[in-house]
Amino acid sequence: MPAVQETVEQVRSIDVDQYKYGFFTDIESEKAPKGLDEDTVRFISAKKGEPEWLLEWRLDAFRRWQTMPEPKWARVDYPPIPYQELYYYAAPKQKAGPKSIDEIDPEILATYEKLGIPLRERDALLGIESTGGSKVAVDAVFDSVSVATTFKEELAKAGVIFMPISEAVREHPELVKKYLGSVVPVTDNFFATLNSAVFSDGSFVYIPKGVRCPMELSTYFRINERNTGQFERTLIIADEGSYVSYLEGCTAPMRDENQLHAAVVELVALADAEIKYSTVQNWYPGDSEGKGGIFNFVTKRGDCRGDRSKISWTQVETGSAITWKYPSCILRGDESQGEFYSIAISNGRQQVDSGTKMIHLGKNTSSRIISKGIAAGRSDNTYRGLVSAHRKATNARNFTNCDSLLIGDQCGAHTVPYIESKNASAHFEHEATTSKISEDQLFYCRQRGLDPEEATALIVNGFVKDVLQQLPMEFAVEAQKLISVSLEGSVG
Amino acid sequence: MNAEIRPIRTPAEQGLSGELKNLPSSGGARIVALREAAAKAFNDNGLPHRRVEEWKYTDLRTLMREALPVSSPAQSAQVEAHARLLIDTGARRLVIANGAVVPELSDLADLESGLTIQPLATALAAGGDLIARLGTLEPGRYDAALALNTALAADGVAISVAPGAVIERPIHVAHVFSGKAAASFARNLVVLGAGASLTYAESFEGPEGVAYQVNSATEFVVADEASLDLVRVQEEGANALHLSTLLFEVGKAVKLNAFTFTSGAAVTRTSLYARLNGADSAVSFNGAILLKDRQHADSTLFVDHQTTGCESRELFKHVLDDSSRGVFQGKIVVRQPAQKTDGRMMSRALLLGDDAEMDNKPELEIFADDVACGHGATCGAIDDDLLFYLRARGIPLKEAQSLLVQAFVGEAIETVANDELRDALVERAEAWLKARA
Repeated sequence: MPAVQETVEQVRSIDVDQYKYGFFTDIESEKAPKGLDEDTVRFISAKKGEPEWLLEWRLDAFRRWQTMPEPKWARVDYPPIPYQELYYYAAPKQKAGPKSIDEIDPEILATYEKLGIPLRERDALLGIESTGGSKVAVDAVFDSVSVATTFKEELAKAGVIFMPISEAVREHPELVKKYLGSVVPVTDNFFATLNSAVFSDGSFVYIPKGVRCPMELSTYFRINERNTGQFERTLIIADEGSYVSYLEGCTAPMRDENQLHAAVVELVALADAEIKYSTVQNWYPGDSEGKGGIFNFVTKRGDCRGDRSKISWTQVETGSAITWKYPSCILRGDESQGEFYSIAISNGRQQVDSGTKMIHLGKNTSSRIISKGIAAGRSDNTYRGLVSAHRKATNARNFTNCDSLLIGDQCGAHTVPYIESKNASAHFEHEATTSKISEDQLFYCRQRGLDPEEATALIVNGFVKDVLQQLPMEFAVEAQKLISVSLEGSVG
Repeated sequence: MNAEIRPIRTPAEQGLSGELKNLPSSGGARIVALREAAAKAFNDNGLPHRRVEEWKYTDLRTLMREALPVSSPAQSAQVEAHARLLIDTGARRLVIANGAVVPELSDLADLESGLTIQPLATALAAGGDLIARLGTLEPGRYDAALALNTALAADGVAISVAPGAVIERPIHVAHVFSGKAAASFARNLVVLGAGASLTYAESFEGPEGVAYQVNSATEFVVADEASLDLVRVQEEGANALHLSTLLFEVGKAVKLNAFTFTSGAAVTRTSLYARLNGADSAVSFNGAILLKDRQHADSTLFVDHQTTGCESRELFKHVLDDSSRGVFQGKIVVRQPAQKTDGRMMSRALLLGDDAEMDNKPELEIFADDVACGHGATCGAIDDDLLFYLRARGIPLKEAQSLLVQAFVGEAIETVANDELRDALVERAEAWLKARA
């Protein structure tokens, strides 16, 4: 297996410093005044040139947010977030909107190049021709704004709309107005409400009826500025009979202070549509003593609104100091399907509380949850999930499998599933195991000449294989590397 | 979500606070202080509601509409007529009616050597070593049912088995309620010395059509290498509210096997807290819960592995007919020193009624790496293929269902070691199925 070979090499090549995306790009930026009040919300809205209804929507969210308490039920422990000490808007300074990629600040392009994200279509094409893979359209979000979206023309030919959400508000207000907040309501939870008030950018995707999106769509999020929070909002609508695969990646510089990331992702799948959403989350996790790192409080939810629709979430969570994230599916349409595949790796002092919700409302709905948690160092890794069948969810089916692997005796792995069935014909199965890497497996590998770290990487790769297989090919390779990097220093 | 201002106290909470003004006074300074602390905890925290995670599915604020006055002693003739559970098992029977021991119905003669049985009221009055153990087991967090029991229970049984004593004949404590609607509180204490062995059975029953309340708590202190078999049968009247708390402190190399059969009461909550303090113990907690109509039963387990090499097994089977609701919450905690822990938890539910509901929450909380822990949970209707197989052989539908249900709960009942008690349980399950057909 060449992929495994690659993992082993990756492990060997890593130095003490594990986080290679920790650099900072010195770019002049324009920020909103520090702190959060109605003026900040108005400032962001004005910067984006938003219509009146959206400003009102934001202000309504902000007023509600002020009355909401911060949720405390998750198994994560963090110092209070100084909401008034953050910048809620930061944009790289540039002259008027860039007409083409060539007008973008070369520093930003260099940043993305360093991250391995080819923004120039030409380069992308060159790279792709040599590997023979498929094309990927990228929307790059730098702090609060989207800096470039590639392959726009080619997508437009297929009728696919892929653009920053701030642009979509201007160009397709009817779609945004109809769907924004329809899956994650403004008042859904503390962090989603905060996001609704101050969201700055994110991607908007609309796939028209019967269209199979010709390429994978991708967004790359980068937090660069100090003391900023990133609040992006993604809205994907797959109209009847369409298909789209969407990828998301994230990184941030290494800093001593914590940074807040509170995103909202809404997916809407109409009849016979399918959305595949993959995430590789690699925000800066903080140093080995738990200093710095991103607080990742994300609300992701998909609504299988039409019959026979399907939403599939795949996530590889390796970064962030705190992860609080439950990508969910509302299975509203009859015969709709929800899937959740997750690898959550925690090392150092990271805390992960992640899982999913599968809410069965329609008839003959089915869902599948495969979650693999790996805890190393002094981290805590929690799976928290809900599977529920409504009274009318006849013949609902769920299969859940969550396995946890512990590496070292200072970490914790926890499983908190809620399984609620209100319909006798619903069939739910749940299984969970927690164990460490077996001595026998390690012995077997070491006998064949692998050192403990290589052997661990090999076994872990086998452990997470079920989920890796669900990732698009380009991502799978990256994710595999990431897994070995994340576990660096955890053995011995 | 949290940090909410406590809403107005419910009539039940106000009534209970009223009852808590007259605490029993027996048992010396330590016991009196325990009662006062428990009463204060209740007055501060009140009844649990769905925002309290451990009571998420059993909202006592809603389910317990009113507080009833603490029950007065029952007439022994009535009690005798009511007490019918586990009578033919050959066990030594002790009867507790409305929370107080009935001496004339309790067999306290010819106690085996090493066995001491006292009504708790007597033991409290006398004081001594055994009473020093009462109230020493703590769930580690506020539990409203236990707090009320600690504050208001004045009687029950106190049993101790001397180190090394093997008591062959099972002890059966029959809790019976009779008379007008009231609240009864009983507290039991069972202490097993090192290497001792005991089979202990508890049963709960009462009249149909009376909305009475039963709150029972039993503490089990099981010393090193002792062996305890616990069998419980709860068949309260259909309008009753039943709250039980079981607390276990387990030493090293202990064998503990507990089984609960539940088919009674409108609302049942059984909380079980087990602390595994010694190495290499093997514990198992199993249950069969058969519900119909609008019954609600909640089994909540908290198994705390504190040291190495212990094995824990949980198997719970729910059969839910009509619009009944079953709740299973099981939490296995494995602390950092508890390496080599082997924990397996399984909850399976069979939904017979279209409106039945099952809520499962099996939790693992693990801080040690060298462990093998797992849990499973399933729920669903009876497999159509199995039904078809039986019906194709000429067995009518109801009978086929009964056979399959019997096999389903049988797996849990099988775990009971004592033959007579196991047979009695099988018979109770069959009676339930017969009543259904």
